Parts: sequence; C-alpha cells; structure tokens
Amino acid sequence: MKVKDILSHEFTLVAGEGGIEKEVSNVYVCDLLSFVMSHVKSGSAWVTIQTHVNVIAVAVMTEISCIIICEGEKLDENAKEKADDENIPVIAFNGSSYEAAIKLSEMIK
Amino acid sequence: MKPYTMDFDVKARDFSSAGESSSKFRKTLLMLSIPSDIVRRASIAAYEAEMNIVIHSYGGKMHFEIYSDKIVIIADDTGPGIKDLELAMKEGYSTAPKEVIEMGFGAGMGLPNMKRNVDNMEVVNHDESGTKIVMTINF
Repeated sequence: MKVKDILSHEFTLVAGEGGIEKEVSNVYVCDLLSFVMSHVKSGSAWVTIQTHVNVIAVAVMTEISCIIICEGEKLDENAKEKADDENIPVIAFNGSSYEAAIKLSEMIK
Repeated sequence: MKPYTMDFDVKARDFSSAGESSSKFRKTLLMLSIPSDIVRRASIAAYEAEMNIVIHSYGGKMHFEIYSDKIVIIADDTGPGIKDLELAMKEGYSTAPKEVIEMGFGAGMGLPNMKRNVDNMEVVNHDESGTKIVMTINF
C-alpha cells in the first residue's frame, strides 16, 4: 500500500505531498518521540497526536512513510513547512488513534 | 585517509531548529551512498545526541567524521554534565523538564537508544564542564 492509498475524506493530506508515493508496510501508534525513535520500523505509518516540528525530524531520521495526526489536532505551521521540504506526508484524522489504527489495519490487509 | 567532516553548533532549548545538524548529516550519508541500515542507525544516534544537547545542556556542538569504513559522531556540550551516568544509561530514567516531556521527549530512552544503534559509544567526559560522547559505527 502506498501513502496515497490511505487518503480519503476521512484521512486528509495537510502537508508533504511530495512523499505520497512512498510504500506503507506497517503502522505504529505512539506519542512519545523517544519510543518512536527506538521502536518504529522504517516504512511505517505513524499515528500520533503530537503536532510540533520535531515530529517531522523524527519521521525523517527513522524513515517513516507518513504521519497521521489524530483527534483533529492541527499541525504547527513550521512543521507543515518542514514536512513539505522533507516530503513527509502528514495526514489529518478526526477520530482517535485507536480508530485510525483499526481503519489502517483494514487498508493494509 | 582523511575523513569528510561536518561541524554544527547546537543551541540549548531551540526546538524549532532542533535536529537540523542530524538532518544535514543524514543527507550527506545518503549522497555518499552509505548503506541504508547504517544511515538509519547513524541518523537515530545523531538525532538523540543532538536532542540531548537541546534539552539538557547549555548548548554545544555536533561533529561528524565520515571515513570509507566507519562513521564517528561526537556530541560535545558545555555543561552541566550528567550527575549519575549509570542511571542515565537506564531506559526510562529521565531528568527532562515537564514542558519537554509534554512534547513527547524525555522518556529516558536517549542514551540507551544511542548505544543500541552504534558499535561503540564512549562517554569521554560528563562532569559539570560538559558532556562529550564519541560514537562509532563500522561498515
């Protein structure tokens, strides 16, 4: 599955359009950046509620395919710019991390 | 052989540009066609070290040396040092302030995560004059 296959009226792209052809092979749910750094597999869709610019750096370093921001949280403006620069797709989702994980699990089958 | 070197200043508590030196280092590794698993390990170790300088120190420097068979990452700050290094090396032990923890940092994974991703990590100094950590990844 590619990042672009996740996009819908529920999962809307808010930044990093240059990266939507990336493959998604896994899903990882966590809001602790240090845990993400040590546990996430490359090629993952990362589900979180963190919205600041350092989230993008973590995604770049760990080769995450896309970030899904839940609960309708808004991405910070400088994070949006960074995501565009680094081609890290950021997707907004209004539901909880749990609901996002269920929907992604259906898609990734 | 002389290594390719890179040097960056890292400011304390500057979260908006935090991670830039690691990001530039990573881009250089990719440009030099370094194997992807090495790039990932080096990037994670560098980023954790850089964030430690941002979160915990009065400011410092990141220095990178890229050889044909190894990468050396040096994080060097101006204090206040690490009081109990043994504790700091334990997963889950953290001295990070509340506002940093709210950002998702400070879970006490930094130093252990650095060690896990490199072949050798040496804490050269950690008294009040500053912390200096030298990490090596062999190809």
